[in-house]
Amino acid sequence: MMDERSPADVQLAAHLATDLDGSFEALVLAHQDRLFTIALRTGGDRHDAEELVQDAFVRAYRALAAWPSERIRELRIRGWLTTILLNAGRNRARVKRVPTAELAFDPGAEPAADPLARRDERETWARLLAGLSPAQRTAVVLRHVDGMSYAEIAMAVGRPEGTVKAHVHRGLAALRTALLAAERLEREEIPA
Amino acid sequence: MNDMIDPATEAGLAGLREAAPPDLAHATLVAVGLADDYAVIESPIGPLRVAWNGRGVSAVEGASDDSAFETRFHARTGRSARRREALPAELARKIGRRLAGDRHVRIDLDLRGSTPFEQAVWMKAIEIPRGEVRPYGWIATEIGRPKAVRAVGTALGHNPVPLIVPCHRVVRSDGTIGQYSLGGPENKRTILSDEGADPDELESLARAGVRFFGSDTTHIYCMPTCRDARRVTERHLVHFPSAKAASAAGYRPCRHCRPVGATAAA
Repeated sequence: MMDERSPADVQLAAHLATDLDGSFEALVLAHQDRLFTIALRTGGDRHDAEELVQDAFVRAYRALAAWPSERIRELRIRGWLTTILLNAGRNRARVKRVPTAELAFDPGAEPAADPLARRDERETWARLLAGLSPAQRTAVVLRHVDGMSYAEIAMAVGRPEGTVKAHVHRGLAALRTALLAAERLEREEIPA
Repeated sequence: MNDMIDPATEAGLAGLREAAPPDLAHATLVAVGLADDYAVIESPIGPLRVAWNGRGVSAVEGASDDSAFETRFHARTGRSARRREALPAELARKIGRRLAGDRHVRIDLDLRGSTPFEQAVWMKAIEIPRGEVRPYGWIATEIGRPKAVRAVGTALGHNPVPLIVPCHRVVRSDGTIGQYSLGGPENKRTILSDEGADPDELESLARAGVRFFGSDTTHIYCMPTCRDARRVTERHLVHFPSAKAASAAGYRPCRHCRPVGATAAA
């Protein structure tokens, strides 16, 4: 497979391979925003996301500390960190028994809290996204919020590329449907 | 773009990127032991700064202010330390119990950068009960390096976590109180007094040439601060200037304080 690593990640992997303790902070600074975004948009609230990202970095550090430098040098950091984050999230969800599906947005359920009425673009998209099934949501977040390639996502979630593509396509279709429903609801509520 | 995604959705989703909270990076580095947090605790010798990370407690210092502490901490460890309001509750509770004399409460220590010899010295110092003292030579003997008395003194001077590792309970082999890394010998006397050891009494015994206490009923001799020696009544108490004199009188060393080390290295 083609090496999809960014030049920054290639350099980071080289530094981590020679001086883990001296360059781990650079790894955190380079990837904390995207991991936090993924944790927040696929799962729970800000507090949970923060804990999850920290947990993922700690797991990453422990793994790196045990690896030979050649293995670290070849590391595809972006996908690898994503895998750790998603696994940590699954473990946590299992332990805390917080079904992420409970966050599902049902456009018919709360007409008074119509997302578009809030006039907050980001809030709207976040709510629409939260209405997707966990598998579709994760695929859409990794592809279109974070910007990973299908090959990277397939590796990160441990599913065939075709399955990931299907999840993204269906997720986008569900988003469009939900958006139209929300907009229709808004039009109907404007007093004539 | 092979997803047939409309520009509005694409922009909407891309707009969901979020910056990590400002404290996340530091907290992560603390968790893996590449940075530290610290807070101030009260002690018999005034406020102390205690630093910790995911590996354990990394410093106890009597620095005068935060910036002096942070500078010294960075010079010693190469890591940055950030002030917190308080210690984590669990750690504060454990340190409180340790300072109150519970030697068995487990406090993880981050002793990176120290030698196996230093760590052996520090771990041995933890075994000295509150209210008791031992000479440097006792530690040297106990860790199997009876000739390394000066090195023991140096290692104690480098103890990064005084009080938690009670190096103040180690005194000179001539019985005088000796130096203390946490602000000098006066602080050492204050802490020992607070713990129930009497530094003035110890030094006056030393001046009088007394190194060991014996009991003429059990024919056992001890370090003067050993809890067994303290139970001996005045009437039955015997003074010895050396282990040799004690054993010549037919006394055997106490199994708790193991006083032989004191003469081997004094």
